[in-house]
Amino acid sequence: MTEINVISDKKIMTPRGPVLQKPEVLAPAGNLEKLKFAVRYGADAVYIGGQSLGLRANADNFSFDEMKEATDFAHAHGSKVFVATNIIAHNEDLYQVDDFMRSLQRAGIDAIIVADPALIERTKQAAPDMELHLSTQASTTNWQTVQFWKEEGVSRVVLAREVSVQEIRDIKKHVDIEIEAFVHGAMCISYSGRCVLSNHFTARDSNRGGCSQSCRWQYDMFEELPQEEETIGQIGKTPLPMFNEQDPQFTMSSKDMCMLGFLPDMIQAGVDSFKIEGRMKSIHYVATVTNQYRRAVDAYFANPEQYKLNPEWMEEIRKASHRSLTTGFFYGTPTEQDQLYGENEDMPQYDFAGLVLDYDVETRIATLQQRNKFSVGDTVEFFGPTMERFEQTVTEMWNEKDESITSAPHAMQMVKVRMDRPVSKHDMMRKEKK
Amino acid sequence: MYKTGGNNVKKPELLCTAANLDELVKVIEAGADAVSIGHERYGLRVAGNFEVEEIRKATEAAHARGAKVYVSVNALFHNDDLEGLPEYLKTLEEIGVDAIVFGDTAVVMIARQIGLKVPLHWNAEVLTTNYETMNYWGRKGATRAFVARELNMDAIVEIKENAEVEIQVQVHGITCIFHSRRDLVTNYEKFMGQEPKPASMDRKLFITEEKRDDLQYPIFEDRNGTHIMSAEDICILEYLDELMDAEIDSFKIEGIMKDTDYNVKVVSAYRRAIDAYAEGPEAFLNNIGNLMEEIRAIQPSHRELTTGFFFKEQVY
Repeated sequence: MTEINVISDKKIMTPRGPVLQKPEVLAPAGNLEKLKFAVRYGADAVYIGGQSLGLRANADNFSFDEMKEATDFAHAHGSKVFVATNIIAHNEDLYQVDDFMRSLQRAGIDAIIVADPALIERTKQAAPDMELHLSTQASTTNWQTVQFWKEEGVSRVVLAREVSVQEIRDIKKHVDIEIEAFVHGAMCISYSGRCVLSNHFTARDSNRGGCSQSCRWQYDMFEELPQEEETIGQIGKTPLPMFNEQDPQFTMSSKDMCMLGFLPDMIQAGVDSFKIEGRMKSIHYVATVTNQYRRAVDAYFANPEQYKLNPEWMEEIRKASHRSLTTGFFYGTPTEQDQLYGENEDMPQYDFAGLVLDYDVETRIATLQQRNKFSVGDTVEFFGPTMERFEQTVTEMWNEKDESITSAPHAMQMVKVRMDRPVSKHDMMRKEKK
Repeated sequence: MYKTGGNNVKKPELLCTAANLDELVKVIEAGADAVSIGHERYGLRVAGNFEVEEIRKATEAAHARGAKVYVSVNALFHNDDLEGLPEYLKTLEEIGVDAIVFGDTAVVMIARQIGLKVPLHWNAEVLTTNYETMNYWGRKGATRAFVARELNMDAIVEIKENAEVEIQVQVHGITCIFHSRRDLVTNYEKFMGQEPKPASMDRKLFITEEKRDDLQYPIFEDRNGTHIMSAEDICILEYLDELMDAEIDSFKIEGIMKDTDYNVKVVSAYRRAIDAYAEGPEAFLNNIGNLMEEIRAIQPSHRELTTGFFFKEQVY
């Protein structure tokens, strides 16, 4: 391992390489509450979607007022807010762009994530102070293209997911620009943006937010064999199925990205921002995943030479995962091992069961807001932005009127729970789904 | 739409792909004004691979017949692929090809760095969806943009009205609907424990989807990854008058995955349709039925002819 000198908790220096800045942990947020929790659980920056120009037409998405609240909150906590405006625009989408960008600027948004040059050009005019990040939808895979966008005034490039760690290193060597890379979450199996399966199968425009994830559907594959003696007499050529009755069907579903185990490689390659996918994901997912990357990055910069992946972090990640995990293209072209075939995997799933609103040190009783049903006798886990996760059994609980109850079935109801260990406001309680 | 036709109408260029020198000559003789060729080392989903010397011969053959040659250099390039790219572009210029078709901005950068004079055509397929972006690439050096096949007629007309570059529209053939860098067919074969064979275009692999199992979507692999193609062929022949009224500059016939005989007949039908409308609306109307019949007669039975997205509404 290379010798590394710590300059500060945000900067380190390798003997041959440049000074490495502490990378940003960038989390997704589908709504204001998720944004606040992403920030509390360690995000240096959060990306969100507005009411238009984004690729998650079915997500909650933020109004301009909510964006203002989002930036006020994030900025007060030293975090940034980016807005994904990464559609591939059609003519009629262009008219709204100027007003939209001006509104983002007024709401205090720190940067937009953009894929279509038409939006870049309009934003430069309408909101000249807006920072521009080139979206992964632009499929940027080489340093010449990165250099082009730098010259066009883009301050950061989100690379295509097809780029390897070595290629990132080479890009950073050639071009002095911020590089953002997806390190965690679901991913397109196509080059992002280079897929119109949804348009063909469902008349929904994938590059304007209508993606129906047709890649993860089940297909049959056939091979059309040259016509042979025995098939003469039939019309056309005979297709041969590529599969047997018992085989899983053909599909194009990737396992989810997880680079948590390889963060030193990403840091040393010079990645400036670690992006977590998932604007449609739950608050439990966003908080859990963001927090593990936060812990890993902090641990690395506190002591790079002694840094080791804490297995506890990976365990936490698995509790939030719905698919098994892969390193994508970072170490070479993915194989069949990196794809999902057949039935959905049977992975233990966890529900976000309660949010800690308050904790009384004297009585050792926590006040929780219910997010999913839980009962006396349940094994639950508590975790938080900085605390060590612990498990306990729910032994005693009370409702708002301090009446003893055995179960909390109502969404958002206030529940008091006897605690084995102390917790703090904003900690979360999760429970395995049965 | 108001029909003009006759002497007022400008004849668009008729462009067809070519898989080899023989096909190139035949489609030109059938009426193509330009041919599109390339090599999968640099271009996406080329009809056949032309080495540099073959591009030279193709260019000579085309120019001798008064036709143009465009070379596809529209792959998504990774760092390693950039090596040799400046030399390749210079060689194409020296050969005298009439345009270079690009998708990745790296080509614009390199063209600038080496002072390339050959016109650039922008074709990032599904990403070319509005006129401001096309004009943007125009300011960066492109002289032409190829319109995404997922747009409808109104959008195409609006693009042409506002475009500062030439506009090319695909009027016939297959389209790519999915491109992955992964080897998805090979991965599937390996997953099932089969010995993977090269999943090239020649294997004629296709996939079907449960709810529409009469539709066969061709799938193949090459050095650029895996490509899934449309189950139907676009055929806009009957509406060529509308595209000519809109003064679209170039009509493209996509000839990949079709044999030369088919492509020659299709080019010939479009040639006569264009010439008929240039003669006048009556000539067009009188001929278009027969020309459509000619195409229907050679159309493979499992591949329907459609108007693609020209008259389709999409949501998101």
